[in-house]
Amino acid sequence: MNFLLEPLNLVTFFPLVGVLLLLFIKKDSAARWISLVTALITFGISIWMLTLFNQSDGGLQMEINLHWFSFAGWDIRYALAVDGLSILLVLLTTFLTPIAILSTWHAVEERVREFQIFFLLLEVGMLGVFLAQDLFLFYVFWEFTLVPMYFLIGIWGGEQRMYAAIKFFLYTMAGSILMLLAILWLGIEQGSFHVPTLISLGGIPADIQIWLFLAFAAAFAIKVPMWPLHSWLPDAHVQAPTAGSVILAGVLLKMGTYGFLRFNIPLFPQAARELAPLMAFLAVVGILYGAAVSFSQTDVKKLVAYSSISHLGFVVLGLFALNEQGIQGAILQMVNHGISTGALFLIVGFIYERRHTRALDKFGGLWTVMPVYAVLTLIVSLSSMGLPGLNGFVGEFTILLGAWGAATGVLGSYWYAALAALGVILAAIYMLFMFQKMFLGPVTNKKNEGLPDLSRRELLTLIPLLVFIFWIGLYPKPFFGLMSASVEQLVQLVNVLP
Amino acid sequence: MQIVSVTDILTILPTIFLVVWACLLLLMDAFGGALGKRLTPWLTVLGLLVAFGLTLRAAGVEQSAFNGLLEVDGFSNAINLLALGTGLFGVAVAYEYLKRFNLARGEYYILMLFSLSGVMLMGAAADLIVVFLAIELLSIPLYIMAAIAQRDTRSEEAGLKYFLLGAFAGGFLLYGVALVYGATASTRLAEIFAAAQAGVANPIFLLLGVALILIGFAFKVAAAPFHMWTPDVYEGAPTPVTAFMAVAAKVGGFAALLRVFIVAFPTLGPDLVPVLTGIVAATLIIGNVAAIAQRNIKRLFAYSSISHAGFILMAFVPYAQDAVHRDTVAAALFYLVAFGLTSFGSWAVVMMLERAEGRGLELSDYAGLGRKYPALALAMLVFMLSFAGVPPTLGFAGKFFLLRAVLQGGYVGLAVLGVLTSLVSAYYYLRVVIVMYFQEGKPQVEGSRLLNWTTALTAIGTVALFFVMQPLFDWTASALLRLF
Repeated sequence: MNFLLEPLNLVTFFPLVGVLLLLFIKKDSAARWISLVTALITFGISIWMLTLFNQSDGGLQMEINLHWFSFAGWDIRYALAVDGLSILLVLLTTFLTPIAILSTWHAVEERVREFQIFFLLLEVGMLGVFLAQDLFLFYVFWEFTLVPMYFLIGIWGGEQRMYAAIKFFLYTMAGSILMLLAILWLGIEQGSFHVPTLISLGGIPADIQIWLFLAFAAAFAIKVPMWPLHSWLPDAHVQAPTAGSVILAGVLLKMGTYGFLRFNIPLFPQAARELAPLMAFLAVVGILYGAAVSFSQTDVKKLVAYSSISHLGFVVLGLFALNEQGIQGAILQMVNHGISTGALFLIVGFIYERRHTRALDKFGGLWTVMPVYAVLTLIVSLSSMGLPGLNGFVGEFTILLGAWGAATGVLGSYWYAALAALGVILAAIYMLFMFQKMFLGPVTNKKNEGLPDLSRRELLTLIPLLVFIFWIGLYPKPFFGLMSASVEQLVQLVNVLP
Repeated sequence: MQIVSVTDILTILPTIFLVVWACLLLLMDAFGGALGKRLTPWLTVLGLLVAFGLTLRAAGVEQSAFNGLLEVDGFSNAINLLALGTGLFGVAVAYEYLKRFNLARGEYYILMLFSLSGVMLMGAAADLIVVFLAIELLSIPLYIMAAIAQRDTRSEEAGLKYFLLGAFAGGFLLYGVALVYGATASTRLAEIFAAAQAGVANPIFLLLGVALILIGFAFKVAAAPFHMWTPDVYEGAPTPVTAFMAVAAKVGGFAALLRVFIVAFPTLGPDLVPVLTGIVAATLIIGNVAAIAQRNIKRLFAYSSISHAGFILMAFVPYAQDAVHRDTVAAALFYLVAFGLTSFGSWAVVMMLERAEGRGLELSDYAGLGRKYPALALAMLVFMLSFAGVPPTLGFAGKFFLLRAVLQGGYVGLAVLGVLTSLVSAYYYLRVVIVMYFQEGKPQVEGSRLLNWTTALTAIGTVALFFVMQPLFDWTASALLRLF
């Protein structure tokens, strides 16, 4: 019993309670409620976890470290723990899941029960990824997330859903299998899969570190996705149902950036330092490429999808500045992107449910028809492009500071920060362009007249996100406070270790 | 020198018992009338259970028997258990199917028992002649079983094809044995090893002989380029036969391969690496790539089973390294358990959808299964994920530990090829999932009690055992080969 009541076990596996109940419930409306309530309770548990969290401690907390099985000299552990690097992502996951479930209320009418089952299973997988401290366990969660997401896209997606689903699965698996080999190598040579143990062991020769770094990076870079490994993302996003897109952009992509943070940097510090310019280069290309491609999209959802590539480029840039500002900014920006892009996908979903199209040229003048919707969209767009006072600004600005500071350090050039700053301007251009086409001017399309404004349920999904958009934008200190001790420790580690 | 002693018989009691039991059942089937025929399947199960118990009782025994022709140790015990488990599942999937398609004959089960005793002997054979005899004992009943649906030309063709190619492979094996005998003046594994190590063996004949023996085994486990018979035989044979042979022949083939090569030919390891690497690469690539093109589910699984043989063989490449071979054996046994469970489960699903005259076997017949038969589709999903090596399934753990042995041996390139072809395999396994879940259709399912139970049990086992793997690992760790 005590085992089940450990906060981290409880938060990770509580959604399974909902899954079990759903197996016996046939009615659609009941299935939705069960799923929502489960997700809300999980969120509650994560808040409880937050109250237990000591933010002045930079190490792992609430550790669970049990023997799972041993095989020919290997001791594989069931190890979960949380620290400043992961706690915000855990909270982001438990926070976005109920919102995404609420957004499916009318959007998913078919096979509701199965949808909710897959959604809750996905939540288990994501939480496990953020909490696992044993590489075997981590890999199990990591691969497992593919399965429910595959079904979410494949069953409830758009026209091209089968293609998008299988592309998503195979693309991601292609990266993970290389990571699997690297994990095996660590097990054979270092004799452990336990991440803290591996970090303290250290001592991997520099040339091998590079290979291992690249193998792990293959998995994470595809997940993020970093240019040039991004081509699965637009397909998956455009075909996924709204709730799937929210979670995909909001949380699943963060698994990639989190992987860099949790594994690549502390396990292979020397390789991280050596390859930081390469990673930063790819990140900057991603920032500019994502922005440029977003600009030329005619489908709103695709535009938001490509903008993710750009935004996550900032996160990777911040991570590989390898200084406190860069990494803190990157973690915060992961949260910001989850909130803002999650909100944007909800917004796209709202209009799609009304008009069954997402083509930009079908809209125009929506401000007069749906004023509330327009205002909220404007706020979210501004947050996404990094307007001061809103959340995006804080994250991107801190990242740029970090990258600038690293110019005399690991990165070796001011160009990364300078070009990334250009990305902020480009983001303003494509977001405002989209806003203008959709909302300003006269109503050009007769079908758009008389569209109902947002319902109470729809407002309920957006408002929590808006609260955080302002909160992080105006007073980010508590968020930085949660991570600063752990980040400090990580930065020290990476700059000291060979 | 005493030829046979009581100790000898007691040492290999499970196998002897199974053979005697099979002979008794044969008599009963012939003279026992209608009642006898009805009882045969049940008595077969009883025999398997008794042999299972006898094997468990002998756990930990290490002894050679019949003047060193047979070697009973942890490894042979493990193979016995695998073989008997295979037999139980083999009866479970066959019983109702044979009735449904009017194939119910007592000799089916009896042939199965003979075949299984062949598998068990292969696990214990410490002499190349015994290996050859055991392989024939394993194979000849399988040829008959493949052709048991007489007057169905596909089944007859399967039987004949299997027989011809099997005989061919047997010829290779025997010729190899002769050459090895010529080189070392012995067919005992221990003496061959001693001769090779002392350097008194003629190296050319020895290597040639070993290569031919390897070809013989490669035929049995369906490794490329000796896999050609597999798709046709798998497709043509009645499905329960296919399910049984897919597992039984693999268990037997790998049992003999592991024992013969690790015990007798460790000195040849370095010479064989290029050959083995070539076979593994060809098997993995051909099996997986050809599977993509298949529309018939039996052929699809045939190619997939070729690729799984390739995966196990991959861990076999470093068999001659002292530090690795123990892990190779353990990982291979673990993988055979995972493969066996998953394989029987997926064949049980295939049988439920199969209809007369080979209908219901196209991939498109699975459309809509996810909607109309959610539990069945879920089980099939589990099997596909396990085959593809996606956690949380036994198939994933199996691949993980096979890859470990490969990397330990230092064959990084081979490991990369292994995971890349796994990726290819994910594509065709997912296609089954796509058809089941993402396409609409009206699947026709003929469920029956035993098939349902088999499906449920194997699906639950495939997932649940992943979370409690320790007993399985302890079991594989106890499967020690006795070396000289």
